[in-house]
Amino acid sequence: MTATATARRRPTGTSGWRGFGRLLQTEFLVWFRDLASPFFGVVFPTVVLVGVGFLIPGMRDPIQGAPPGSVWYQVTPIATYVPTILAMAVGTAALTVMPVTLATYREKGVLRRLSTTPMRPQGIVAAHLVINAVTTSVGVVLALVVAAVAFDVPAPTQPAVLVLAFVLGLAVMLSLGMVVAALAPRASAANGIAMSVYFPMLLLAGVWTPGPAMPDLIQEIGQFSPLGAASQALSAGWFDDGFPTLQVVVMVVWTALLLPLAVRLFRWS
Amino acid sequence: MDGPVVEVSHLRKTYGDKVAVDDVSFSVRPGEIFGILGPNGAGKTTAVETIAGMRRADGGTTRVLGHDTQRDPGAVRDRLGIQLQEATLHDRITVGEAVRLFAAFYPRPADPDDLLALLDLTEHADKQFRNLSGGQKQRLSIALALVGNPEVAILDELTTGLDPQARRSTWDLVDRVRATGVTILLVTHFMDEAERLCDRLVVIDAGRVVAEGTPRGLIDGLQADRTVVVRFAEGTAAPARAVLDRLTETHPDVHGVAPGSDGEVAVTGSRRVLFAVMPALAEADLVPDDIRTVTRTLEDVFLAVTGRTYAEQDDEDEPALATEGDRS
Repeated sequence: MTATATARRRPTGTSGWRGFGRLLQTEFLVWFRDLASPFFGVVFPTVVLVGVGFLIPGMRDPIQGAPPGSVWYQVTPIATYVPTILAMAVGTAALTVMPVTLATYREKGVLRRLSTTPMRPQGIVAAHLVINAVTTSVGVVLALVVAAVAFDVPAPTQPAVLVLAFVLGLAVMLSLGMVVAALAPRASAANGIAMSVYFPMLLLAGVWTPGPAMPDLIQEIGQFSPLGAASQALSAGWFDDGFPTLQVVVMVVWTALLLPLAVRLFRWS
Repeated sequence: MDGPVVEVSHLRKTYGDKVAVDDVSFSVRPGEIFGILGPNGAGKTTAVETIAGMRRADGGTTRVLGHDTQRDPGAVRDRLGIQLQEATLHDRITVGEAVRLFAAFYPRPADPDDLLALLDLTEHADKQFRNLSGGQKQRLSIALALVGNPEVAILDELTTGLDPQARRSTWDLVDRVRATGVTILLVTHFMDEAERLCDRLVVIDAGRVVAEGTPRGLIDGLQADRTVVVRFAEGTAAPARAVLDRLTETHPDVHGVAPGSDGEVAVTGSRRVLFAVMPALAEADLVPDDIRTVTRTLEDVFLAVTGRTYAEQDDEDEPALATEGDRS
């Protein structure tokens, strides 16, 4: 990204992305020092997974009543919860961490200050997209390792679909987080807006009713919501054989709507 | 370059009905410290932010280093350093990280360590932004404005909120920066700061330039009366007062006499008022304990051009955070 952008902009005389590597590195450092961000961005999914797995009775026993031939046959409830945890990880970074960071930067004049330098303020937004994408991936890998070791979760049936669902889920939720960051005049407002989106999204993603426990109504509505679609596509990649076409299309369409909207609405001061 | 470094012509900027900058023109020569002086709310910050290309003007032209900053604000970003009034940094970034980060944005940055030393920040390099004092934050802000080795630096209210000690060391710092060849556009509402630092300045009031020149020239150009204050011991105060009172009627250079506290008498008159007072006192053999001429300042200039006293203007903030028309 850095290289192509630099090459493209050089003829106009303003490099625009010079120092992006340093910006990314510095932003990551201060992101890490602000302990809430690494907790929610990296550790939180694993904490929830372990908590649910060990504290709720029966989560580690095979599901009763799943007939042989069903995708849920011999599967433990905690295993069905893993795709939901992945979806939640994506939603948490995109909605609790990133919008507040960017709104704080706007409120404190950091974006304005940056706009007076040769670095475009877009650079800081790009840096945070990268940081959140990377740290969420790390958090997800951590959760998956713990799931495999602690709960003996079976390997996914379609790893490629799983990865695709994760990447699209990340794209759609970061776009949504960007819209929140764009709309919120202040950090407190960003937090308020994000939370009022975050919890309904978690419901639709099946955080309280994972996999086979999800009522039909929530599933029907959820498949059209960004995080619900992500959760269902992840679940399909893990346990199913078919391709979650509807969910993939839903995520692509939402991203195509939200990302340009965020770019249009975003204010630097 | 030989032409003006900053050239502003009939700049106008409004926010709805509110006229922030009405009509401002001036030009800044290479290497000088040029002041924009005026009370809070006069439109100074709006003016410099428009000059820097951060806001879109409603009229007039702004050129920096030969580039039209309205049409192409990006053209001067490599060469223009700005210290903004309200900008802050991430709470947890350290001084050293911030300077190195901003240095990375520029093609020919200053050496971060040299800059930290110049601004007395070396020992605070590992301190996080949230733990800095007001003076340290201000010095860091100046460091960030200079880290790109700019040819022009805009410094906006750089000593507001500092204690007198810190103000004086910041002034010394500005002198040191100018000595390195940087042209400085200094925005301030402090008369003493403008008088101390600026080679030339404009006085702005209600969005218009009301006076322009060197601080000395503006003060010397005042047509207003000068004042000599003479203080007498208890026994001589009354006869001296009588001598001076008589002088106001007989001497064309003496215009008025006003008694002050503690045996002081203030005599006002033309430029030659002192020459009138001294021979009269000498003739009557009345020796004053103390005599001083009242120093005129830019405050008197402001009073003369606006008809208002400068002190305690309304503290209403400029619409510096308004978002409309901002460049991204």
